[in-house]
Amino acid sequence: MGKAPERKTVRLKTPVTDEALAALELGDVVYLDGLIYTAREGVYKKILADGAAPPAPFAELGNVNFHCSPAAVQQEDGSLHVSAVTATASFRFSKWMKDWFAASGAKMVIGKGGMSEEDYKTLFVPAGAVYLTTVGYGTGALLGRGIKNVKAAHWLDELGIAQAMWVLEVEKFGPLLVESDHAGNSLFERNNREINEGIDKLYEGLKKPSLQRFGETDDREQELI
Amino acid sequence: MISKEAAEQAAYEIMFKAGIDIPDDYLAGIKGMAAAEDGDLSAFVLEAMLENYEAASEDRRPMCADTGVPRYYVKAGNEAKIEGGFIALEQALRSATARATHDIPLRPNRVHPLWRTDHNNNIGINAPEVEYSFEPDADWVDITTVHKGGLFGTDYRMLFPGDGIDGIKRFFLDGMIAFGKRGLACQPAIVGVGLGGSKDTCMVLGKQAACLRIVGDRNPDPEIAKLELELQELGNSIGMGAMGFVGKSMVVDCHIEAGYTHTGGMPMSLHAFCLSSRRATMRLHPGGRAEFRTDPTWFTPYMRRETVSWEKPQSARQSA
Repeated sequence: MGKAPERKTVRLKTPVTDEALAALELGDVVYLDGLIYTAREGVYKKILADGAAPPAPFAELGNVNFHCSPAAVQQEDGSLHVSAVTATASFRFSKWMKDWFAASGAKMVIGKGGMSEEDYKTLFVPAGAVYLTTVGYGTGALLGRGIKNVKAAHWLDELGIAQAMWVLEVEKFGPLLVESDHAGNSLFERNNREINEGIDKLYEGLKKPSLQRFGETDDREQELI
Repeated sequence: MISKEAAEQAAYEIMFKAGIDIPDDYLAGIKGMAAAEDGDLSAFVLEAMLENYEAASEDRRPMCADTGVPRYYVKAGNEAKIEGGFIALEQALRSATARATHDIPLRPNRVHPLWRTDHNNNIGINAPEVEYSFEPDADWVDITTVHKGGLFGTDYRMLFPGDGIDGIKRFFLDGMIAFGKRGLACQPAIVGVGLGGSKDTCMVLGKQAACLRIVGDRNPDPEIAKLELELQELGNSIGMGAMGFVGKSMVVDCHIEAGYTHTGGMPMSLHAFCLSSRRATMRLHPGGRAEFRTDPTWFTPYMRRETVSWEKPQSARQSA
């Protein structure tokens, strides 16, 4: 351990400010202090498609949207206990993000796996938002340690533990990596481009498969044999 | 006789062990990869994961919030007797799953595929799965639980004999590259490969190879053992590491299990376990003694037999 080079590490208070976000560079390590909330398809659908009012004014919920469903339990006295938290894959929520940024004023999305660079440029940049990815995946215990208190779990009965809107008070919540910056660049895609350059070489010398597969081509008129 | 209370308690305890404490073999494998990784970001991720395992054990909290789909593997000795029989055992496994989900707590991941009904206890139709195997000359029962994520890193393909080892390598690369990007496979992982069998057996063998064999274990067939190491090397030469960042940490180990298959085919399945490779085993002896371990020793010589009748090999390891 201790072999990886030191990375630039930033501690940010929520709600996050435009100035702080503008200073973030791809691959920076971020820890958060303050309030964050979870919202994924259940909450998006309820507010954006069904027109429900947010359970609290967004000014009180903060501007950091975590794509997550926690390992949590409701105790018999009704109190809520969160043990570990890891993110859920974000790319599935891309269709909601434009309206979500407009409705919520979110400036930071935390999740797993990021979204496409195109999404960043067309959805995130106009909203002044950035994407932070959780690490691993997943550092459930470390992130769980960073949760100091469950401030609220809205719509818990209706949406269930996974989809409810959890409002969490966090301290040194991380590590998180800056995946998209203010210009809409993606750390994942930058790495993909570098890795893709070597892929053809891996297949050199391997003979063609007997049976081709859909997916390798989108042309449904082609035969597979 | 093994009491049903002992079975329930064992199944409950291994849920905690699996969810919280990373198995030693996998931990050693990740430490080795972290030391060898020269991709900056991939190395950072591995170090964060090592810290995470420590935090989980110290705090007694789950290492990952995605509980996956918790399930059980039961290996029963031919002479084992369980109070109430296997119906009582299955009841005990369900009860332990529900209790542990609440008490650890684990995320209640299990929902109906269409109605998304969630009983908040990881119990439902066909959940948790319980798979069985048997062992001659034994009076114990091994209960193993595995918590493996369920969305990415698994694939199946019907290959043909003519595709040969090249076909296996091609599919292996396809899967590793596709699921490795952005780290969807939660690599570096123990990668299980099922070869042969019927389609369903092929999937089962590959999954068991990933989840029930430990880092460093080799298939007893020397040619298959060689292929395991070759595939591991191949995966680590993609140029990709943890989270899909540039690096070389993809495959902590590769395990292959074979099953006799249709003469015209060579089906193959691919399963990546994850950075939170959660497995734990308890052996229950008659009279109440229980022994915990992290190596399920699922694939015994008896499991891999290929003859009509079973004759214990001279060199067979005692009780697997």
